Amino acid sequence: MLLSTGADPEGRDEDAFEARDEPLLVAEGIAKSFNGVPALRGGRLVLKRGTVHALCGGNGAGKSTFLNIVMGLLHRDEGSIRIDGVPVDFRSAAEALRHGVTIITQELSPVPEMTVAENIYLGREPKIGGLVVDFPKMRRAAKQLLDDLEFDVPLTARMRDLSLAQIQLVEIAKALSHRADIVIMDEPTSAIGEHEVHILFNALKRIKARGSAIIYVSHKLTEIFEIADEYTVFRDGRYIESGAISAIDRNHLVTQIVGHEIKTVEKGRPNEGAPILLEVRSLSRGPHFKNISVTVAAGEVLGIYGLLGSGRTEFLETIYGIHAPTAGDVFLDGKKVDPGNPKKCIQRGMAMVPEDRKETGLVLCASIAHNIALSSLALRAVSGFVRRKAEAAATDQMMRLHRIKAASPNVAVETLSGGNQQKVVFARCLLTNPRLLICDEPTRGIDEGSKQEIYAFLREFAAKGNGVLVVSSEAPEILQISDRIAVFRQGRLDRVVDGHETTQQMLTDLAS
Amino acid sequence: MVANIISNVATGARSKGIAAVGPYLKSFSIVIVFVVISAFFAVANEYFMTWLNWVNLLRQSSINGVLAIGVTFVILTKGIDLSVGSVMALAGMIAASLVTSTNQQFVLWAILGGLGTGAALGLLNGVIVTSFNVPPFVATLGMLSMARGLTLIFSEGRPIPNLSESFRWIGGGSVAGVPVPVLILFLVFAIGWVVLSYTTFGRYVYAVGGNDKAARTSGISTRSVIASTYVISGLLAGLAGLVLTSRTTAALPQAGIGYELDAIAAVVIGGTSLAGGRGSLVGTLFGALIIGTINNGMDLMGVSSYYQQLLKGAIIVVAVMLDQFRK
Ligand SMILES: Nc1ncnc2c1ncn2[C@@H]1O[C@H](COP(=O)(O)OP(=O)(O)OP(=O)(O)O)[C@@H](O)[C@H]1O
Ligand SMILES: [Mg+2]
Repeated sequence: MLLSTGADPEGRDEDAFEARDEPLLVAEGIAKSFNGVPALRGGRLVLKRGTVHALCGGNGAGKSTFLNIVMGLLHRDEGSIRIDGVPVDFRSAAEALRHGVTIITQELSPVPEMTVAENIYLGREPKIGGLVVDFPKMRRAAKQLLDDLEFDVPLTARMRDLSLAQIQLVEIAKALSHRADIVIMDEPTSAIGEHEVHILFNALKRIKARGSAIIYVSHKLTEIFEIADEYTVFRDGRYIESGAISAIDRNHLVTQIVGHEIKTVEKGRPNEGAPILLEVRSLSRGPHFKNISVTVAAGEVLGIYGLLGSGRTEFLETIYGIHAPTAGDVFLDGKKVDPGNPKKCIQRGMAMVPEDRKETGLVLCASIAHNIALSSLALRAVSGFVRRKAEAAATDQMMRLHRIKAASPNVAVETLSGGNQQKVVFARCLLTNPRLLICDEPTRGIDEGSKQEIYAFLREFAAKGNGVLVVSSEAPEILQISDRIAVFRQGRLDRVVDGHETTQQMLTDLAS
Repeated sequence: MVANIISNVATGARSKGIAAVGPYLKSFSIVIVFVVISAFFAVANEYFMTWLNWVNLLRQSSINGVLAIGVTFVILTKGIDLSVGSVMALAGMIAASLVTSTNQQFVLWAILGGLGTGAALGLLNGVIVTSFNVPPFVATLGMLSMARGLTLIFSEGRPIPNLSESFRWIGGGSVAGVPVPVLILFLVFAIGWVVLSYTTFGRYVYAVGGNDKAARTSGISTRSVIASTYVISGLLAGLAGLVLTSRTTAALPQAGIGYELDAIAAVVIGGTSLAGGRGSLVGTLFGALIIGTINNGMDLMGVSSYYQQLLKGAIIVVAVMLDQFRK
């Protein structure tokens, strides 16, 4: 700088160079407390242009809190944020958007009654003469956008008719349509399959190439090593470290996230000739799945693997009685299960961890304790009266067992971090003492440490002579926990393979 | 059981800590609104703070209170019951006809007839809402008109006077200086509060209102829970109809017109969310008391009933606005 003071043109050049080299976003010392309980202390992140920056951390580490602060959705107690060297303090998402920052939040919030196109352009609809919404133009733009991204979502469908995965794709498309400089993605892939993830990654590479930057949160570490250039780790609301992803390996990252080394679970083999716990005989339901017969033996974990839309969720929900089948029967312990009645299924010893915790898993406005106790209230009640002490003891035990991180069992579930919410669903299911646990994407949004805990738990649960039926879109996960794997293709059971001998490549080949 | 509940309340209050203050603060704020309004009228009119006036005020609030408690159950499940005013008229009419057509000993039958009418209409509401998927607003709007029509048909548009002494005790009598309607209100409140806070059914009501899909996945028969809340609402409307008929000493075909609005207002002022899943009977009770206080206070000050309407509406909106603001 000093040298160039005399020569004006050169000076400008150097200034410009410096500006380009300067990080796009610098956040330092970010702190936030909720009701006096600190959620984040000294949160920091330095984001460079043209990079994907992975923000890593366990459940409740403060990632979403941090990102919501950057986006102006929450207000920080302390700290500073600079974008292009200019201090900013956004008061709303709209203000952040105007400054080129956009977010896909962890908890999606579509407008259920509106179409896909309307959702994407919500609040910035193209208008004719500034008054009337130009629907044809909006649809064309939306179609262009989705086609560019290669997302397969029907444009004119209403959001409430879409699957969770499709909703997530729409939210991704919406965020990318802003052509923002900084794209924040808080677990964008928690609900979508491997195929869609690759489409998304291609889009991210294009965004990177035009000089924008992405903050990326995911508990799927494989993804992070595939897409991220840099990383930052938070743990228990504190900044831990950051650096280039090429400089570290998976083990190092896991250890930083969890705070200690973790062991992966080894699965034993179930007993030969164990009695059949669940038998599904030629079950069909309309267009969703046809003629599926599988069994789960006592002590066995049966994995179900398939692409999105292969009818896996519908199949589980039908076994559990949320839907009535159009044909076929379900037997538990050799006795027929009443179709279409979850209550009866629970009484017979089934429990289900549903796919979408927000929609079907939790009563968000109710407390943690009330959610955990919900399914088993009747078990512990005396002539209709809740036994509060027994209930408190049971919920406390569950919260300790599953390490649910919360200020108190009486806070509303909606204030928990995503992963902790998922644990609450698990806890609720287990309190009914099920013999068959049905899990639809059981580790969605759960951190690496807790994932291994859940795998260990599922294996242990099966080893006690119970059965587990689990759907997952993650091949490594299915392989790690299943004794046998049923591969679904377009609503049909393609084949059942041995979980001990199959490799990841074989599995993905079979499903596609 | 009672001792058990009391000890539960005590331990609950101790172990809950900071996080649980929220709901208490909420019911606390409605108490403050109540106190402020009362203080205003106390300053404005010296008669307001007398024992006699408070007994009177409570009696005036009791019918709306009973209705509002029933409606709270429905609103907690994300529903609405617009039919309570008409249902209470029909229940009162049926009870009055039973009283006048039979002899004194049959007062019990009249009471059962009134309550049964309310519960039956409530059940019909519940079935229409849950089994035929008619939106609660529409189903109960239909019932509002149908029950009124039935009342007019049944009475041929004429009042039924000359009710027996013992029947008139329900609305006009008192025990140890406390009017019977007030006792009924507090009894209903106590039972309702225990049901909502201490029974599995109460929990289910909150869960269904908070997220009915999750409740169903958790093994709750959401339909029967929802239908039950309409039965409760109808039953309490029947009870309110008995009290009203007894107090006016005649069953009037136009009785209870517009009562549903005051009942819903009491629930909303009391902080129960129309979106379901959140709210309490303590709030509703104070909501009903606030409406009663406003009516009573303005009567005492000689405000014309035209202005009363205007002011009452404004106060309702402001009370809820303050509540939102505080959140
Ligand atoms: N609105 C809120 N009220 C109270 N506490 C909150 C609120 N939001 C977050 N918290 C708390 O702040 C902490 C950090 O939560 P945050 O959602 O940022 O975690 P996270 O790193 O995103 O976790 P996950 O990976 O599970 O999504 C948690 O302990 C959570 O319970
Ligand atoms: Mg999060």
